[in-house]
Amino acid sequence: MNIPKKLLYTSEHEWIRVDGEKGHCGITDYAQHHLGDIVFVELPEVGEEVAVAESIGVIESVKAVATLFSPAGGKIIEVNEELEEAPELLNEDPYGNWIAIIELTDHSDLEKLMSAEAYAAFCENLE
Amino acid sequence: MSKLIFEKHVPDSNPFTLPPLAIPAVKPDSIPQQFLREQKIALPEVSEVEAVRHFTELSTRAYGVDSGFYPLGSCTMKYNPKINEWAARLPGLAGLHPYQAEDTIQGALQIYYEMQEMLAEITGMDGFSLQPAAGAHGEMVGVMTIKAYHHNRQDYQRTKMMVPDSAHGTNPATANMVGFDVIEVKSNHRGLVDLDDLRAKMNDQVAGLMLTNPNTLGLFEEEIQEIAAIVHEGGGLLYYDGANLNGIIGIARPGDMGFDVLHVNLHKTFGTPHGAGGPGSGPVGVKSKLLDFLPKPVVIKKDDAYGFDYDMPLSIGKVKNFYGNFGVMVKAYVYIKALGAEGIKEICEHAVLNANYLRHQLRDDYNIPLDRLCKHEFVANSKKQADQNGISTMDIAKRLIDYGYHPPTVYFPLIVSEAIMIEPTETESKERLDDFVQAMRSIAREAAEEPELVINAPHNAAIRRVDEVTAARKPVVKWEAP
Amino acid sequence: MKYNPNPPSVVKEMLHTIGLNSLDELFSDIKAEVKVPKGLNLPEGMGEMELRRRMKDLANRNVNTEDHPCFLGAGAYDHYIPAALEQLLLRSEFYTAYTPYQPEMSQGILQSIFEYQTMICKLTGMDVSNASMYDGGSALAEACNLACTSSKGRKKVIVSDTVHPEYLDILKAYSLSGSMEVVLVPGQEGSADIDAMIQTVDDQTACAVIQQPNFYGILEDAEALEKAVHENKGMFIMAVEPVSLALLKSPAEWGADIAVGEGQPLGNSLSLGGPYLGFFAARKALMRKIPGRIVGQTSDLDGKRAYVLTLQAREQHIRREKAGSNICSNEALCALAASMYLTFVGEKGLKDIASRCHRLALYAQQQLERAGMELKYKQPYFKEFAIKVDDPAAANRKLLENGIIGGYELNDALMLAFTEKRTKEEIDQLTTVLGGK
Repeated sequence: MNIPKKLLYTSEHEWIRVDGEKGHCGITDYAQHHLGDIVFVELPEVGEEVAVAESIGVIESVKAVATLFSPAGGKIIEVNEELEEAPELLNEDPYGNWIAIIELTDHSDLEKLMSAEAYAAFCENLE
Repeated sequence: MSKLIFEKHVPDSNPFTLPPLAIPAVKPDSIPQQFLREQKIALPEVSEVEAVRHFTELSTRAYGVDSGFYPLGSCTMKYNPKINEWAARLPGLAGLHPYQAEDTIQGALQIYYEMQEMLAEITGMDGFSLQPAAGAHGEMVGVMTIKAYHHNRQDYQRTKMMVPDSAHGTNPATANMVGFDVIEVKSNHRGLVDLDDLRAKMNDQVAGLMLTNPNTLGLFEEEIQEIAAIVHEGGGLLYYDGANLNGIIGIARPGDMGFDVLHVNLHKTFGTPHGAGGPGSGPVGVKSKLLDFLPKPVVIKKDDAYGFDYDMPLSIGKVKNFYGNFGVMVKAYVYIKALGAEGIKEICEHAVLNANYLRHQLRDDYNIPLDRLCKHEFVANSKKQADQNGISTMDIAKRLIDYGYHPPTVYFPLIVSEAIMIEPTETESKERLDDFVQAMRSIAREAAEEPELVINAPHNAAIRRVDEVTAARKPVVKWEAP
Repeated sequence: MKYNPNPPSVVKEMLHTIGLNSLDELFSDIKAEVKVPKGLNLPEGMGEMELRRRMKDLANRNVNTEDHPCFLGAGAYDHYIPAALEQLLLRSEFYTAYTPYQPEMSQGILQSIFEYQTMICKLTGMDVSNASMYDGGSALAEACNLACTSSKGRKKVIVSDTVHPEYLDILKAYSLSGSMEVVLVPGQEGSADIDAMIQTVDDQTACAVIQQPNFYGILEDAEALEKAVHENKGMFIMAVEPVSLALLKSPAEWGADIAVGEGQPLGNSLSLGGPYLGFFAARKALMRKIPGRIVGQTSDLDGKRAYVLTLQAREQHIRREKAGSNICSNEALCALAASMYLTFVGEKGLKDIASRCHRLALYAQQQLERAGMELKYKQPYFKEFAIKVDDPAAANRKLLENGIIGGYELNDALMLAFTEKRTKEEIDQLTTVLGGK
């Protein structure tokens, strides 16, 4: 299972890549694998203010559905509209295809997230 | 490839005509222009014989209980007696307008009233509403009455509903739809409600517990009285999901177990057909303390006449136009009348016997996680076949189609991985069950020796496995003219 | 009667196989205190001939619409049902099947639902239809619920009281969930008070609802309301009558986001109010949110066209407590009847039927007015109107004495409905009885 080093992870299997005030976020390889073929992604609205762990979207596969929780608080400044037409991109490359970009308001949210090593151990425990 | 009815369109081929009419033509402005339609409809035009052949052909690519064995767990696919169909189509029952005066529908109201009474006797409840149109609809009414009951006592803090982890998906969905937050109660190692977990979660914010008994593993909740006591002592009410009533009917009654409100599925337990997905009927029964909250109207008997009682100021209102699926009630009424008390007990005994017989005959070839006395159904899984050759439950289900059977319910309940839920019902003969056992054993053998045969099944069906992913990614949900 | 096929000797053999001696032992896991002690208190079972007699006797104690002209409407209509339809519905592959979960052995049923969905889209002009719901009233409640739950916190449902009173009762019950707050706006002269409804529309409005024709049979001019609710980013929901759609502007033409209605007039018998079907159609943007089952077209492994239940992630068996609705069984056989009906009458037939209903209603109005009677509301209508009478119950009794099933009783009027089954002679007789001083 692919868990890139430089990202931060949530226990709900989201990742975030922090770049100054911006955080790109998406779902992990573990999440896409367990969901199976993803058929639909409901994206948040640009401009929406979100709190940490608040629902910002829904990911549907044929036989399952998962809520996307925001890894950090802030404002949604961009969404990956490509996913509306091609949700399978999340299966093909879950880290290359971000879902939303958040303008972070409080970097302290990030302190509670897991490193790649911690997330790898977390997933191991779930199996 | 089977053509859609729209692809059989031949202009001017439809022969439908109205009788002549000797009255003046309509004034052109009798409906003002702004109300008139401009958009095309484009319904297909097909001759009568081609239309009849079209629908007949569709029926040949369908499979009903009359076609063969249908061991769909939790769905109680029993034989649907033909006299019931005949009765429901009598002009004196099918040709009644719901707003006719009560004195012109006394026979129908008697059926309605007697159904209320008979269902109350069968389930041990004090009163019934026959209004809900399906099981999930009945669940909704039941949970609404629970909410109305607490609210009427000025108890507004009970905002949560408990549901076991083995429950039908409708239970949590219903609780949510009525505005409750769902708390999941764990099952223990025996597949029954974990009493410690229940005790820990019951408090003054919990409105009640929704329970199926026998549960979705086909197991009877042996500690049901203790469960009821925990919920009642905590101020909650106990809801009975009647989906599995066939496993206890005539032997034990939910009302005697401590349940306060329940629904029954006439289309499962009471022999009415499922109609390829409805119409069903989901009457709701309650103990006396909930009677006032039932949907209105109920049918009452005054002197020798039957009538509707709308004088129910605490009623939750209505969940369906008119009085429910009367046509379905007629069929269930004939069914209960045909069987009588003894016959009803016997359906349960034979349903449970058939389930235990199948469980016994399949245990050598399939893993049965909780292999002990079951009620009307039991849950196996594909563990042996998966360990051997990576065969999944879906593969086994699809291979059964090649053998001419409708597959059991699969991947439910969620607490058993790769579940195969088998409910034979009482209307299967030993010969049928034995044939099914032979088919299941053959599939187990194929899974071991010729796994490709199973993995690529079905081979003999109208189509092979379908691409569900594309269906959901790029939905095509209606026909468009090319 | 009994329908369990195994005789006692076979039962004994089966018990022996599983190592038991009696049927009672199958219930050893149920404590004695919760067992039925002496058997249920129900009468003995009956044989088939006895049952036939009893059911005929019960049926004969009702006044039926087969033998008596019926002028009752108010949400359920006595339309003609083609003979071929009644026979085809008895194909037991249809009626004894379960929901088509296994596409490989249910293609016929899945295709029939796909055809139904297409026909409902054609009638309403909408983009997507589900496989049917319980009835018109509960479909409307589900539509309003969807408008609320998909609007991020908006709860206000603005409804005219000219909508069917039973639909309003249903809406009230469904709003017990707390997700909807119904604002009922009184109508005027039998029509919705559009201005008053518009004044109620605000940024908390999830939807506004109009029934077309309304409960009193009157046509509602909904254009301004549609604009107002859309300007406030709410939804416009219409409850429509399917036969009328052959003539009347479709919900799509009115700009509706969701169209629902009672499908009974399409080939389903009156049956004292059920089973009927509710149809539910919406704009494409709502496709992944609408309640109920949906069939989609796809292909099998060989590339052959096939149908399957799709978009199931919306539904209770997957989404559980997060599902938008708890519905699973719908009214599939009634929906099949509806698509058969539309096939057997065809487009021209449906238009002829709609025109005939309207023409008969106009004729009846004319005759009743000639007999000195008066419409309660002087507004355009389709197939149903209210005519003033002093004592509606007495008028109905008098009609019944003359073998006629009369109208729906309002305080000071009778609502009369006219389907294509009514004849000039029946209307003349109705006029004679009602108009006779």
